Amino acid sequence: MTTELIQAPRGAGAPAAGAPAERRRVVGLACRNCGRPEPLGPAYVCPACLGPLEVAYDRDLVRATASREAIEARPAGLWRYLEFLPLDTPPARGLAVGSSPLVAADRRGRALGVERLWVKDDTRNPSLSFKDRAVAIAAATASEFGIDTLACASTGNLAGATAAAAAALGIPAYVFIPADLEPAKVDHALAYGATVVPIEGTYDDVNRLCLEVVDETGWGFVNVNLRPFYAEGSKTLAFEVAEGLGWRSPDVIVAPIASGALFTKVARGFAELADAGLIERRPIRFVGAQPAGCAPVATAWASGATVVEPVRAPDTFVRSLAIGNPADGRYALEVARSSGGSIESIDDTRTAAAIRELAALEGIFAETAGGVTIGAVEAARRRGVIRDGDEVVALVTGNGLKTPDARLLGIDPAAPARAGQPGLAPPIPPRLAAFEAWLEGASS
Amino acid sequence: MSEVRIPPVLRSATSGAKLVDAGGSTVREVIESLVGTYPALAPTLLDGDGGINHFVNVFLNGTDVRHLDGLETPVGERDSLVLLPAMAGGS
Repeated sequence: MTTELIQAPRGAGAPAAGAPAERRRVVGLACRNCGRPEPLGPAYVCPACLGPLEVAYDRDLVRATASREAIEARPAGLWRYLEFLPLDTPPARGLAVGSSPLVAADRRGRALGVERLWVKDDTRNPSLSFKDRAVAIAAATASEFGIDTLACASTGNLAGATAAAAAALGIPAYVFIPADLEPAKVDHALAYGATVVPIEGTYDDVNRLCLEVVDETGWGFVNVNLRPFYAEGSKTLAFEVAEGLGWRSPDVIVAPIASGALFTKVARGFAELADAGLIERRPIRFVGAQPAGCAPVATAWASGATVVEPVRAPDTFVRSLAIGNPADGRYALEVARSSGGSIESIDDTRTAAAIRELAALEGIFAETAGGVTIGAVEAARRRGVIRDGDEVVALVTGNGLKTPDARLLGIDPAAPARAGQPGLAPPIPPRLAAFEAWLEGASS
Repeated sequence: MSEVRIPPVLRSATSGAKLVDAGGSTVREVIESLVGTYPALAPTLLDGDGGINHFVNVFLNGTDVRHLDGLETPVGERDSLVLLPAMAGGS
């Protein structure tokens, strides 16, 4: 992980030529549901209708100032897309987030019957997941608001991202998690010096508690009272994909759905690039991926429902997607339906196989959510949502080292592998003869 | 009377009160009682069809009432209701 002084993009934050000096790209917040404007601040809910608040931009100014050339001239990282983000200037200090590789996954694609498959490998962010993007924006905004403590309700990846960002800023972090979370994710957050608060319940129980805690503490909960800013970070995945493809969009995006915020904001990111004239506006089908043991949005999509019914007791090893009551579920449904996409439900056995196959064929070790996403590529291809000749980008959003339990990946440590087979060999004495005996046993 | 916790965004309608008491033997009756006492809650808390605004989640003793019997869930004298905005959390 790297903490660095961030180099300010050239020309970023400056007003457009001819624009009034006081004109700002970020004009405030606005309710996504009723459109009511609200002043900029740590707020997430509309006082009139309780709908979600979002960042409101001066779109004319964004259009006037954003250009491919300016972006390409800037350093790597998510701040190169500053015109589309809710800060006037990059923060002085933070982690080196973004600019992850867009990998041509030809071998995996061929096996799935997808001729042009790209994997956006977001396993490589500072805390090993895409959450660093969202937290980078939330943490920078928190600093502007004078908030001195970061916090979050996490299914695991956000815990590490919040803890890492707080460490980089030198402020305390409180991360609230389900008490039975994977140990690797807990250890990860602890290593950054966070206070980890295990809650006896599901993620939805954790989230409910945090909604009450935020009222009492004044802390900056990245995915509660900083949520309008936090959610903007996910747009940078779309920006990087478009730039990586040579300033164009693919035919299909496949992304995991937990709360649905990532899914909807990636769609928003492509739309904003088109609005600003940086890419041609063309249809993109959005395919969502949920684990079968916690698939409220996929269930609604399959039944044609407009209301997402919550799942009370998620039953999946894909803990990072185990949100039974997804806040943006209805919006994710709209994105999938209006784009001609789908929302696929993938069982854990298939997910485990997809993790192994992606690792073996492309050298990318994905967290369980990545397995669900690759499983959804296959399901959407079978369904016909992904068509012959389509260019498909799958967003692999977390690193497999966070969920490393080999038993969950279908590898049985009690059945030692023979030479030439994938798997775990038995312990061998440190003698060449012993190794050769094992090797010969494989061929006998 | 049951205790109802009001989220900050709605407290202007309860004169700043965080915890208020409301009568009723079901969630629906408690909400109706609450709105009867604090009419300014109605436009935000209720939808146009006699239900609860879908941007509000209602919890009875910590459990989302959608996992129980919804608005018809029985409420006891010592029970606690919490109203919370739906739009929070997650990835």
